[in-house]
Amino acid sequence: MKLPQLPVRFPERLQPRFQPFARSLVMVRSWPVVIDLGLAACLLAAFFALVHTGHYVFGTPVPVVPISHSLSALPLYSFYSVIRIGIAYLLSLAFAISYGYTAAYNPRVEAWMVATLDILQSIPVLSFLPPVVLAMVALVPGHQLGIELGVVLLIFTGQVWNLAFSFYSSLKSIPKEMLEASRIYRYSAWQRFWQLEMPYAAIGLVWNSIVSVAGGWFALIACEMFTMGDRNFQLPGLGSYLRTASDSGDVTALIAGITTVILIVVATDQLIWRPLIAWSDKFKFEQVESADRVTSPILELIQRSHLLSTLPSRLWSGIEEPIYRRLSRSRDCRVVQPIDEDAARKKASPVFWLISALILAVILWGASKAVVLLSQLTGSQIVTLLEGAIASFLRVNVSLIISALWTIPVGVAIGFNPKLARIIQPVAQIFASVPATAFFPVLLLGLVKIGGGLGIGSIALMLLGTQWYILFNVIAGAMSIPSDLREAASLYKFTRYQRWTTLILPGIFPYLITGMVTASGGAWNASVFAEYFKIGNQTLQTLGLGQQIDIATDAGQFPILLAATILISLMVVSMNRLVWRRLYRLAETKYKLLA
Amino acid sequence: MPEATVTSTTSNENVTPDSAPIIRAERIEKYYAQPSQNRIQVISPTDLSIIPGEILALLGPSGSGKSTMLRMLSGLSRPSAGQVFWHEKPIGDAEINVSIVFQSFALFPWLTVLENVEAPLKARGVDPETRRERSLNMLTTVGLEGFQAAYPKELSGGMRQRVGFARALVVEPEVLFMDEPFSALDVLTAENLRSELLELWSNKTMPTRAVFIVTHNIEEAVLLADRIIVLGRNPGHIRTDFKVQLQHPRDRKSEPFTNLVDYIYKVLTRPEIAAAAPDQTTGKPVRDQRQMHYQMLPHARPGGVAGLLELLIDKGGRDDIYRLADDLAFEIDDLLPIVDAAQILGFLKIEEGDASITPKGSDFGNSEILRQKEIFREAALENVLLLRQIRRAIETKSDNTVPEEFFLDMLDEQFSAEESQRQVETAVNWGRYAELFDFDAARRRFTLPEAEQEEAEAADAEDAE
Ligand SMILES: Nc1ncnc2c1ncn2[C@@H]1O[C@H](COP(=O)(O)OP(=O)(O)O)[C@@H](O)[C@H]1O
Ligand SMILES: [Mg+2]
Repeated sequence: MKLPQLPVRFPERLQPRFQPFARSLVMVRSWPVVIDLGLAACLLAAFFALVHTGHYVFGTPVPVVPISHSLSALPLYSFYSVIRIGIAYLLSLAFAISYGYTAAYNPRVEAWMVATLDILQSIPVLSFLPPVVLAMVALVPGHQLGIELGVVLLIFTGQVWNLAFSFYSSLKSIPKEMLEASRIYRYSAWQRFWQLEMPYAAIGLVWNSIVSVAGGWFALIACEMFTMGDRNFQLPGLGSYLRTASDSGDVTALIAGITTVILIVVATDQLIWRPLIAWSDKFKFEQVESADRVTSPILELIQRSHLLSTLPSRLWSGIEEPIYRRLSRSRDCRVVQPIDEDAARKKASPVFWLISALILAVILWGASKAVVLLSQLTGSQIVTLLEGAIASFLRVNVSLIISALWTIPVGVAIGFNPKLARIIQPVAQIFASVPATAFFPVLLLGLVKIGGGLGIGSIALMLLGTQWYILFNVIAGAMSIPSDLREAASLYKFTRYQRWTTLILPGIFPYLITGMVTASGGAWNASVFAEYFKIGNQTLQTLGLGQQIDIATDAGQFPILLAATILISLMVVSMNRLVWRRLYRLAETKYKLLA
Repeated sequence: MPEATVTSTTSNENVTPDSAPIIRAERIEKYYAQPSQNRIQVISPTDLSIIPGEILALLGPSGSGKSTMLRMLSGLSRPSAGQVFWHEKPIGDAEINVSIVFQSFALFPWLTVLENVEAPLKARGVDPETRRERSLNMLTTVGLEGFQAAYPKELSGGMRQRVGFARALVVEPEVLFMDEPFSALDVLTAENLRSELLELWSNKTMPTRAVFIVTHNIEEAVLLADRIIVLGRNPGHIRTDFKVQLQHPRDRKSEPFTNLVDYIYKVLTRPEIAAAAPDQTTGKPVRDQRQMHYQMLPHARPGGVAGLLELLIDKGGRDDIYRLADDLAFEIDDLLPIVDAAQILGFLKIEEGDASITPKGSDFGNSEILRQKEIFREAALENVLLLRQIRRAIETKSDNTVPEEFFLDMLDEQFSAEESQRQVETAVNWGRYAELFDFDAARRRFTLPEAEQEEAEAADAEDAE
């Protein structure tokens, strides 16, 4: 088993990248409702804090950097964007590891932290763009750095939760006897981290990093440039380049920009992800050697070079030997630490209670302020919001259904033909990583020409972004149907209808659900972005929550912004809990093919 | 005869200077907390000592708390009450030097054989050259010369456990703990490793002063041990503790050997006499499983029960359990649940290690399959509370279904969450066989068996007309 949290088993070669991501979206709730309510209060308070900080911004001007759309600016802009993604990713990785670690080893906060994961990953990050950027600009007044920080923070927020969940659940699933071995042989926390926890979590982290970075690109392209009222917030980068190019109708620049984005995605795949996947194969927690695995020419190159393959380990041992020598004198390394030392049973100190009470008070105060903010909403605003919610909900689900309708037959056809699948699978993986937001301006230009509106446009964007996840999973599902079952179906002369209802659909069901869950998360994010769009001096819009969020952003109406975000989060969380989780359970019991 | 080789010992008799215990446990207990505020007692107050120079085997059916005991004695797990001493110092403060060989090997698959063996030395801050030298020497000792660069997954099970031994011995432990070290291996490999271990031990090749081995294989215990402790369950307690004075190498076929094995079978199947006194020291309720109203269902299949009874009938209705196990090539862990199940259902009686069939049992064993199901159903409803409750609940509900959760909640009062789940699984197994009810795994609900469901629907339709 490659990924500890994998709900269904995949053929070796076809480890879909989005699997664990989807799993974390439909966590089984094991915490009391109080925690959910408490978290809601925290989020309200946080929102209020953001908005409150952001209010100062109106006094402080931010220099606006002009964005060029000449080809010569492209390399530098790409560099900026890549750096932003890189920084956000490294931050999220570090944060995710500490978060997962804390959650897994502190029973007192575990339920809270897991519930936080569950809710925060359901909120489409793009809806937080304006308050976050405003708050950051206020903290670093009069400087581009504020916007820079805001955007990085936002991408970070989008990337971190599935990484944290992956790390957390890996830690929780480390076999008990291995943990015991590390205790009885008196490992220090340091040794345990590097020899047990990190290796055990590595594969999950690699796959989730791929998903995270893809999500990061999607958001980055969307938020490098946005307006709020008459104020422009823009950062030099690929996203703003594409936006500027489409505003001025420069098709050459658009094509060049999109090509660059694709090139970067492909290069990341070949130069970073594939070698990492191939390398992380050694961390597979599997007692037998498997026959086929992902190969990477780059990794082989590195391994063949004597210098490159031995230098890191020599450097590393130079660093770690002194550490081990020092640590061996610590208590951890001299006395066996019991595995069931019950941290929960220790009495909390009064200071802990005092601090908790203070934090609680601050949160309640912030939350009540946010509620006051909400109460400023008028009846008609609420009606519009609800209408928008329904429209967005329908659009998201229509796009899911359309994706499923075409990907099921195509995916099954591909999956039943292993040779074809081997070629298409990696291509679909790359497609899934290309940020759909980059194509959006082109798509809109086309739509405007033929007279289509944003209603179709936003569905098209959702399709563009999400159908690959489903295709990818359906192919994997079709490949997992054992060939003897297929032979039996043809032996008994099943009709086409019978074949689909008794063999194919049940066979791909778990995979299909996995793909749809992931896709629906992406589709919500896309809807925030795609329902309101300024192109040139034209404003395109269509009824929806995303539109409400964007209009509220433009007008600086924070109550609407807050209400819309709450609505979206409520819809996503309840869909996850009421629909997807049930389907998942069905997939795990009834439609699970025995391995 | 077996009594001749058995001398009862208690821990306190052995406190002489040369055999002062390395590890001494004083009235240790273990309970696990339950979500329902109850605590489940897994080990009742127990005294036990590990004395230099002996191989001590802890024997018992699965779930009797052998692993729990091993973990408390090795300092890996804190007793809920009582104390463990290492050379008369509380074990939590002592710098103890022990190793564990695990059933699942617990090797790190991403480290090579050599790195796996070096890891404990690394933790102790041994410098790289010494570390390497000691590890390579140890690999040679366990017969893994030349394999240092391999990864565990490239090795066979037996070789992996050799790595496990090398890792355990490289730190020169004073006590070597082993938790069913051979039970994941095939019979021949296990035999081979056992004799090599004995050789290392008797040649004093390893500096280890005592060995503590947990096993559920009676012959293994008698082959290896100088002293055997037999553990009973619910909660775990010592049923007998005796010395084995057979000469090495021991011959499985010799009379003293088989007598001893037979004696242990008798101890294991003898009915328990009295329940331990309930805990009176703490405020929280501690459940003693023998005072609870659900009996613990043994995880046996109805087919297994039928098979055992048929075999017994062939043997004239009465036989020694040890011989039955031998005939079936079963280990106790395979056979005891079946015997338990037959006993609960009233098909079998156990006296002094002999199983004898009851009239109902022989009726069951002699019938054809449909009649067997009927007899099983009656016996189950009469003797098994959980099955009776499930059946009654389904009958009373208007939609004839009951969620699994409902019973799990009740079982949780008494068993660990894991065990509750297993109890339900066994109940489902038995209930399906007896056609008492069915289970919908997707909805996690108990339902009427299909035949009755149709009847019920037909009746409903009639009512509607
Ligand atoms: N962490 C735990 N929580 C609750 N019950 C446990 C836990 N660990 C073990 N048990 C229970 O303790 C009993 C003894 O377990 P164990 O020591 O593993 O038995 P053995 O090794 O003899 O098979 C079992 O009934 C098991 O269900
Ligand atoms: Mg055990």
